[in-house]
Amino acid sequence: MIVAEQKPFEQIFNSVKNYENIMVLGCGTCVTVCMAGGEHEVGVLTKQLILAAKQNNVNLNVEELTITRQCDKEFFDENTTNKIKEADAVLSLGCGVGVQYIVELFPDMIVKPGVNTKFLGANISQGLWSERCGGCGECVLDEYEGICPVARCAKSLMNGPCGGSSNGMCEVDPENIECAGQLIYDRFKRLNKLETLLEFKPAKNWSLSRDGGPRRVAREEMMFDDE
Amino acid sequence: MDKNKTSSDSHLEQVLYSGEFTLTGELGPPKSADKNDIIEKAKSLKGYVDASNITDNQTAIARMSSIASGVISLEQGLEPVIQITTRDRNRLAIQSDVLGAAALGIKNILCLSGDHQSFGNHPTAKNVFDIDSIQLINMLYKMREEQQFECGDMIRNGKKGPVVEPKIFIGAAANPFAEPLDFRVMRLEKKIRAGADFIQTQVIYDMDRFKQWMEEVKQKDLHKKVYILAGITPLKSARMAKYMKDNVSGISFTGDIIERMEKAEDQKAEGIQIALEQIEEIKSMEGVHGVHLMAIGGEKSVPDIVEKAGLMPRPSVKEMKT
Ligand code: SF4
Ligand code: SF4
Repeated sequence: MIVAEQKPFEQIFNSVKNYENIMVLGCGTCVTVCMAGGEHEVGVLTKQLILAAKQNNVNLNVEELTITRQCDKEFFDENTTNKIKEADAVLSLGCGVGVQYIVELFPDMIVKPGVNTKFLGANISQGLWSERCGGCGECVLDEYEGICPVARCAKSLMNGPCGGSSNGMCEVDPENIECAGQLIYDRFKRLNKLETLLEFKPAKNWSLSRDGGPRRVAREEMMFDDE
Repeated sequence: MDKNKTSSDSHLEQVLYSGEFTLTGELGPPKSADKNDIIEKAKSLKGYVDASNITDNQTAIARMSSIASGVISLEQGLEPVIQITTRDRNRLAIQSDVLGAAALGIKNILCLSGDHQSFGNHPTAKNVFDIDSIQLINMLYKMREEQQFECGDMIRNGKKGPVVEPKIFIGAAANPFAEPLDFRVMRLEKKIRAGADFIQTQVIYDMDRFKQWMEEVKQKDLHKKVYILAGITPLKSARMAKYMKDNVSGISFTGDIIERMEKAEDQKAEGIQIALEQIEEIKSMEGVHGVHLMAIGGEKSVPDIVEKAGLMPRPSVKEMKT
């Protein structure tokens, strides 16, 4: 899933305090799961904003709403659309995609981001999420037996690990980041195929990644004729 | 690599090829445009080492470029080994730099991934890592041996232009002390297969581990496929030793070294004494072809060490060619 984290409250408040009617819009998908922008967070943030407005003598009306997904047209139903249109600005707690999608649907609306979108990752333990995929466009997980060197090595080394690997940890943050090269090594050892790590991995094709420009996926069999 | 012939005009390669115990040094470019800094450092190393590494934005701190510094060093008569990291430049920039470096007379390049930018003075920078150090080795190898760019195009200016490939003596680093330990020889083998001609190791403060690594290297006959230069850095103080032990990943110490430094009255002299003993030990080790002497910020202390180690005079180019 997409993992996000709420922006510092002061930053959020400053970005919306000059609008009279704001609408805090949550998203029921990824940011709900990572507890950054779901219904619960929307509720808490709304109360915080009302309180801060009072303390700062700011006239601020705050509405709240959470929809299933901010990156899909079908979830912007009539009720949602009307509510958004009544506001002077939307504070989206969806990821960066959600923010932009609302702008596309409501070209006259001001939309402010309430979260910092971090990465594609997984929940590791209570309150801890960790990056797993860099969306490189051409997955090489089969070559690395399910451990991604692109997203998990601080240097994206395809022929790692580098000399900074120590006690299984990466030199960049030995307390918190596991060395991807070591993880790959351990996995190959466990699978009894260490000798295949000797194979040279050529330079990766980054044109399928963000480096090739913004990407799209087009599946003709799913398109309607009039689109 | 075929050790029965040379593949470049590098003086360093000639010395290694001759079988002479070889010495490389290290020169750190200044954090300014001060040309004299390089001239002075090159003057103190010249004649005492066979070639000198020129670091590339070492520890991710912006400094004078390694190629520019290398050319200044060359003008002083000190053969440079240009370091190139894949942290700051992509395959386009690196290949263009390699062509330029070769045109300016650079003959040796050491391929590194580079310290992560979070360690340096621009921690908010974006890194590149388009390729890694092993892919860089292979890119230089392909340029030299197949006269091709990474993309497969011939290294020539148009269809009728002459093929003028960079004839680079290709270096790589090896760290016998990093983890996973039993992968370290495999990684060396990988670098050799990719096209490395010579290896400089991480600094040795754990001679036992280094010997063990060399044993594994010899078991696989890798010492016959690549030249190995053992990394030596004289310790300046017990404090420096402890700092490195606690803060630098991939450096290992045997207990007695720190103890010796602590007990010494003159710690600097003791550091040099330890280095001399290490060099003596390495000289007699089968499969090690020389020493890479890194005196961090102490380019001036190199002559003293080289003389005391009985490694003077250094072989000259002329002798090599006859
Ligand atoms: S290889 Fe690419 S697509 Fe696959 S997990 Fe890694 S970054 Fe994601
Ligand atoms: S220590 Fe491991 S994860 Fe960190 S940069 Fe080196 S190889 Fe990558």
